Order: sequence, then C-alpha cells, then structure tokens
Amino acid sequence: MSATAKSPWIIHYDASSCNGCDIEVLACLTPLYDVERFGIINTGNPKHADIFLVTGSVNERNGSVLQQIYSQMPEPKVVIACGVCACTGGIFRECYNTLGGIDKAIPVDVYAPGCAVRPEAIIDAVVVGLGVLEQKRVSLASGTLEEASLPSRLTAADKMVADQTVRASALAETIG
Amino acid sequence: MGQRTVIPFGPQHPVLPEPVHLDLIIEDEKVIEAIPQLGFVHRGLEKLVQKKDYTAFVAVTERICGICSFGHSLGYSQTIEVLMSIEVPRRAEFLRVIWHELSRVHSHLLWLGLLADGFGYENLFMQCWRLRERVLDIFEATTGGRVILSACNVGGVNQDIFDEDLRGIVRVLDGMRGEFGELSKTFFRDRSVQNRLGGVGYLSKEEAQDLCIVGPFARASGVEEDIRSYGYGGYSALASFEPITSKRGDGYARCEVRAREVLQSMDIIAELVDKIPDTPLMTSVKGAPGADSIAVSRLEQPRGECFYYAKGNGTKYLERFRIRTPTSQNIAGMTKTLQGCDLADVPLNVLTIDPCISCTER
Ligand code: SF4
Repeated sequence: MSATAKSPWIIHYDASSCNGCDIEVLACLTPLYDVERFGIINTGNPKHADIFLVTGSVNERNGSVLQQIYSQMPEPKVVIACGVCACTGGIFRECYNTLGGIDKAIPVDVYAPGCAVRPEAIIDAVVVGLGVLEQKRVSLASGTLEEASLPSRLTAADKMVADQTVRASALAETIG
Repeated sequence: MGQRTVIPFGPQHPVLPEPVHLDLIIEDEKVIEAIPQLGFVHRGLEKLVQKKDYTAFVAVTERICGICSFGHSLGYSQTIEVLMSIEVPRRAEFLRVIWHELSRVHSHLLWLGLLADGFGYENLFMQCWRLRERVLDIFEATTGGRVILSACNVGGVNQDIFDEDLRGIVRVLDGMRGEFGELSKTFFRDRSVQNRLGGVGYLSKEEAQDLCIVGPFARASGVEEDIRSYGYGGYSALASFEPITSKRGDGYARCEVRAREVLQSMDIIAELVDKIPDTPLMTSVKGAPGADSIAVSRLEQPRGECFYYAKGNGTKYLERFRIRTPTSQNIAGMTKTLQGCDLADVPLNVLTIDPCISCTER
C-alpha cells in the first residue's frame, strides 16, 4: 500500500446539495466518526487532494466549477458521489435547473447512495475509493493511466464563462 | 488613494461549506465593496409543485435545506393547512415545536462550530460538533433519520414520541447543558475569541431595520423581532416568550445571541413536554386546495423569519409555491457589513450571518 492510500487527503465540494449530505460529510470529520484516525484529512485546496467528495447534482452553473476543481487535482485521483443527488439527481431530477448526477460533468469512481447519505456509507465509499486510487497509482507509475476525458463542456457552462469574462471586464471598468 | 483590485472569493473556499461567490473590490487591505454572485445551488424546486401533488411535495420541502429540514416541512404544512382550513391536533402541534426547537439546537451548535473553525479554534469546533451529535441521536431514535426527518406532514405528524421518551429527551438536553456551559464559557470569556469577534462586522439597529434583516443577525443588533413571540402552533402554550437580543451589533453579539438561544430552546422543549396533551396525531386530509385560494404563513427558522406563500387551483397540484428565506434578507446586511472591513475579516463576516445558501437559492 502506498503512502497516498494510507493517508488520503479529501476535498469536498457542494454542487447543488441541500446541505443534508454536506453536513454528513463534515460529520465524518468530527469526533463521532472521526476519519482522521484512518489518516484521512480534509483540505480546502484541490492541488493537495487525492479524493474528491461531491454532494448534490449538477446544474447549469456549477458544472464548470466541478470540472475546474477536478482538473486542478493531481493524478491519481478518485471522485466519490455522495448522496442520491450526486449519483442521479435524486429528488430534484425533474427540476428544470438540474442536469442530473455529477457524472454528467466529471467521471465518477464510487457512488454512495442515500438521502441523506449516512456517514458510514461515506466512509465505506472512501475505503472502496482507496482501492481505485491504488490501482490508478500503479497504472500511473507504469505509464498506462489514461487521462480521463471530461465530458465536453456543458453548453451552459461555456455561456457562464463567457458571462464571467464580460463581468470581469465590466468590473475592471467600474474600478478604473 | 491606493490601487483597487478585485479579489474573487469562492465558490469553493475552505471556510465555506456552501458555494457562494463574492467579488471583493479592495483598496489596500480594505474591502470597498462586495458583490455577491449566486446561483450555484439553484435547482428550481418551487416549480416542482406542478409535478408533485401537494402531499408528496412535503418530501421536497424537507430537502430545501438539510439543516433546517424539519422547519421547512413544518412551514409548508402550515401553509397548506391555512389554505385548506385544516385543524391540526394539539399533540401534533406540540411535537412539531419540539422537533423544530431540537433542530434549532443542532443548527446553532453546528454554526458555533463552524464559527470556531472560521477563526481557527479547531478544538472548539470539534467539541461543538460532538455535542451536536446528541441531538442527532434523538432525531434518529424518534424518526429514524439523522438530517432528513420526514416526521411532519400536512394535517399533523407521522410519528408519535411516547411520554416516557419525551422525558428522556429532556434528560438528554439537561445533560447537555453542563457541557454547553463549558463551551459557552470559552466563547464568552476566552480573550482570543473576544479579540477575534469584537467589533467585527458591526451593523447598527437602524441599518438592520432599513435592510429588513431577520433572525439572530437582527436580534444581535437590538431588533426585537422573533416570530415565535406571536405564538403560532404549539408556541401559544408557552407561559412567556422573550426574544433574546443584544445591543452590541457585532460578530461577538451574534455568537452570544445564538448561544443563549440554544438554552432558550432547551427551556421551551422542557416546558412543552410538561404540558403536552394526549390527542390524535393526524387529521385526515381530503380534497384539494380550492381554485384561486391563497395562503401565507410565517415561521421562525434557526436563521430567522421564513415566509411561505401557496396558491391553489382546484386540483391536487398547487399553482404556485414560494418561500422567502431568512438568508435572502440577510445577504443585504452581509454586503453592508463587508464594506470597509479588512480582507482578513471577510470569512468571519460571511460566517457570522450564518448564511444558508441552499435555502436561498432552492
Ligand atoms: S441526497 Fe438528499 S440529503 Fe443529500 S443533497 Fe440530495 S436531497 Fe439533500
């Protein structure tokens, strides 16, 4: 087992979750479940992270944020979808602004179902994820790891980037 | 005049559990203006009322926000009950308040923990969340869920809590008081906490009233406004209710108000457990909201006043459902307090209003 698998660092992002799954992810890190005893550490920086925990579904706005964070993480990396929203869109699947599970935006390795997902299920998913991480590490070392292709940018995400460019230049003007 | 720069803050940021983006326009170290950008959590669930019938929609309202999930199902049920003139059995009203106040205890403890994390007091953060797990245990024992309870329904509640268990809940809460006292001592007496929170994000009473700030954020600036004091539902049985306020108006005051509200909620639960009557739990609900019937109701969520509106159209599906959440009011106050603050105080300022983005954007 490599050092990474012994002490994986996780990053958490709330896509469009209702907070239910979020607070369960945080609950994993606090005294009752305390995953730090397994060497799992929470970080806020994608560049330090090995495991990406995502809660909530993809919508028009956050797809590109997810892709950004994902592409900033170094290989090998594992993505875990926490909660049914992240797996499939869950109860919000039919909402007009929900595109579906996060696999619409980034490749997912482990799905942890539940609404809200139970901390035990998250820990279980991370343990399964460690196996995937180890495999990826081996194939990375032997040069056979294929770079995951991100689903072509969501059309709306493109629009958002364009919007932001406009905003940025407008802001730049206002502040002179 | 120094040079102005725009610093992006969020949507993914270590102190933010939820995505919100701020464009901070700064000059030297001072924030001149903060421009919020929302929409990262927008799902469009108000529109779902047209696809799910009015009883099935309770499940959706619970998932507006996982922290005040019970509150939202309660607010929605109340509105539909007004809309269809349904009388709710008294015991159900009491149980609703008990669960709702338990949510407040867990929400405030969660917030106190996040605040401690925000100013770098890791130990305090862990202790708050450890204490909070006791409330979640009560939830799990009484409803089966830790965050999504599915206990409230149109016409009453789905589950009962036996009198014996109710007394057990009061005992658990009494047991928490001592430990919570220890924690509050740290929050109130520790010099580093006072230095970090004192004077941060000051908002005067006039400003709070002008901007229509609600909840503990407003009460910390001296606005005496708490929907619970109007005595809706089970709250009417309380002998007295005084909103908790503070005059200081800064981050420290917001911390103090919420910490005292935790104890207040425990008192409310204890009082209601003593008085709870024995009646059925559910009124059976038949028919559909009439065409063009309109109802509104209000509720004090952990974060402040929440306003619900529903319109029927004679079928099982509502015509329109709308919520005005506390955070959507408080964001105006947040951008106000951010003006002129130090860049290093931005995360704390954002935290002290206790934003709930997923309620706001739905
Ligand atoms: S799975 Fe359920 S609890 Fe989790 S984010 Fe979705 S609706 Fe909320």
